[in-house]
Amino acid sequence: MEDYKARGYITPEELAGKGLLPSIERLEKGPIAIAECPEEIPCNICKNVCPFNAIRMDRIYDIPRIDPDKCIGCGVCVPQCPGLAIFIVDLSKPGKALITLPYEFLPPPRKGLIVKLLDRTGRVIGEGRIVKVWSYDKTWAVTVEAPRDKYMEVRALWIPEK
Amino acid sequence: MPGSSYRIVEHPVISFKRGRRVVFYYNDRPVEAYIGETILAALYAAGYRVFSYSLDGKRPRGAFCMIGKCGSCLSIVDGVPNTRICIEPVREGVRVYRQEGLPTAPLSKNVVEPVEWEEAEADALIIGGGPAGLIAAKTLGELGLDVVVVDDQPRLGGQLVKQTHRFFGSREYWGGIRGYVIAEKLAREIMGMKNVRVILQGYAYGIYSDNRVGVAVRNPLKHVIVKPKMILAGTGACEKTLWFENNDLPGIMGAGGAQTLMNEYGVRPGDEALVIGSGNVGLIVTYQLLQAGVRVKGLAEIMDHIGGWFVHAAKIRRLGVEFYFKHTIIKAIGSDRVEKAVIAEMDENYQPIPGSEKVFDVDLVLLAVGLQPNYSLFSQAGAAMKYVPELGGLVPVRTWFMETSIPGLYVAGDSSGVEEATTAFIEGEIAALSIALRLGAGNRGVLIEKRRKLLDYLWKEYRQSPVVSRARMGKLKVTVSEEEMEKIRRGEA
Repeated sequence: MEDYKARGYITPEELAGKGLLPSIERLEKGPIAIAECPEEIPCNICKNVCPFNAIRMDRIYDIPRIDPDKCIGCGVCVPQCPGLAIFIVDLSKPGKALITLPYEFLPPPRKGLIVKLLDRTGRVIGEGRIVKVWSYDKTWAVTVEAPRDKYMEVRALWIPEK
Repeated sequence: MPGSSYRIVEHPVISFKRGRRVVFYYNDRPVEAYIGETILAALYAAGYRVFSYSLDGKRPRGAFCMIGKCGSCLSIVDGVPNTRICIEPVREGVRVYRQEGLPTAPLSKNVVEPVEWEEAEADALIIGGGPAGLIAAKTLGELGLDVVVVDDQPRLGGQLVKQTHRFFGSREYWGGIRGYVIAEKLAREIMGMKNVRVILQGYAYGIYSDNRVGVAVRNPLKHVIVKPKMILAGTGACEKTLWFENNDLPGIMGAGGAQTLMNEYGVRPGDEALVIGSGNVGLIVTYQLLQAGVRVKGLAEIMDHIGGWFVHAAKIRRLGVEFYFKHTIIKAIGSDRVEKAVIAEMDENYQPIPGSEKVFDVDLVLLAVGLQPNYSLFSQAGAAMKYVPELGGLVPVRTWFMETSIPGLYVAGDSSGVEEATTAFIEGEIAALSIALRLGAGNRGVLIEKRRKLLDYLWKEYRQSPVVSRARMGKLKVTVSEEEMEKIRRGEA
């Protein structure tokens, strides 16, 4: 049994081991999608919604492979992934990381809001400002500014109720 | 407490369309409700939690399955005892009484009206309007066949109506669309076909000789005897329970029961919850509880790892839901509703380790411990059955084309073995195409090719995924060739 199944969350090392992480050089060039989808589940929605044909899957249960040269980090896959498992990370701006996450809770996200940033275990690891929001069929894609060194940790956000 | 409201006003995904406001009476007290709700949903929204008592009158019982399968909400509705109020729509002024012990038989003529009687013919009868039945009705309806669809719920869709997440799979087979949206789409299409008749609140209670099927219909009461040429039964599954002290306390509910309340009727099932079981149902329901504003204090899993798909676990873990592996519930505490739940760590023999108990203050305990196929119609009809643990229980043996050992009786969806909505759609379409071919409808070559493609996708692609291998093994155990089925029919196998 894989360790992440015995924990309920995956580590960056495990993602790297599965070949699911882009290189740091690629992240510094501009936004790119990271699919935290390590199991061979029968689903290829991301591959079919990608406008750049950047996700490779030969069989329906293959793990999605994102081509770092084709993916421009547009984020179309983020709210459409049924597992809400795709994130966009962008390290091209100095001093910060831009992270785009799926969000399906209330209150609705708004540009400019300061939100709590959570890691894969739900721990609050900082605060960040929302810089962009859009939605697809009731799922928000929210881009937050996060501390640069937390780019591989921030994977959820929480908007405190007033 | 009665009086406070558990109705969800705002939800991140669902907009609840509530009908006209009405008033009905529960134990002679007025209760507000909206047309389109069931009696139980309205009572739950108003804060009621006890819906019946054990036959000795001592133990309160709450809502459990919410889809008319268990017996914990049997009530007296306008004088009719043993009415399942979880699937009984509210009406202005209806009088509902809680049942305590065995009810009095309804002998008065005021209660038992003369029941209208009808005989109906059809090319195909579809029993169950869930994913398998809906797709089959659409397929057969589009081929111009006369179809009757019977469902015991007040609306079509089966359990799709409470699935708010986007489905996995391929876009060709409804992947990427939220379950309740699929149900709405298919139901609208089917309702618009002149050659498809839909009977809601109809209970197909038995299959008789000459291929006649008895259907008891409520609201208004009617007895319909359908004589179809072919039958597809997609009767679904119901939730299993667990054995532990006080497992019948109100507030201990099937995970699907909570889904019905919060996602179909917009009623918050509780304030603070503990979930038992980390299969996909437990993981998905936990996420939906959070969306409905319920605090989830933990998820206990008896195995040492997540039972369902990892991505569903990651979704709730990153929102702070704690997993308790090798743990299960051993006791619930409360007087007329659950107030505390106790879990404990299990040893290698699945026995609780003394001293490992953890107590949670919760008013809701959801059991997500698997489903059991609704097999009774197949058994009653005399179909060859097999007990397959991988599929949740007893299921009919069937051919690759989904025909059971009763010629002309097909099976699809969870009643063929618990799997997923995606495979239910595909099985339903395979069964429908096989029925159409037997009836000589449509272009034979086209239908055969379509069916071949579906079979290839189902067996050679979708079910090859390692995460569904258990279900695949289960289905292989009960799927036989036409020749083998002939032997079973002759009693030789």
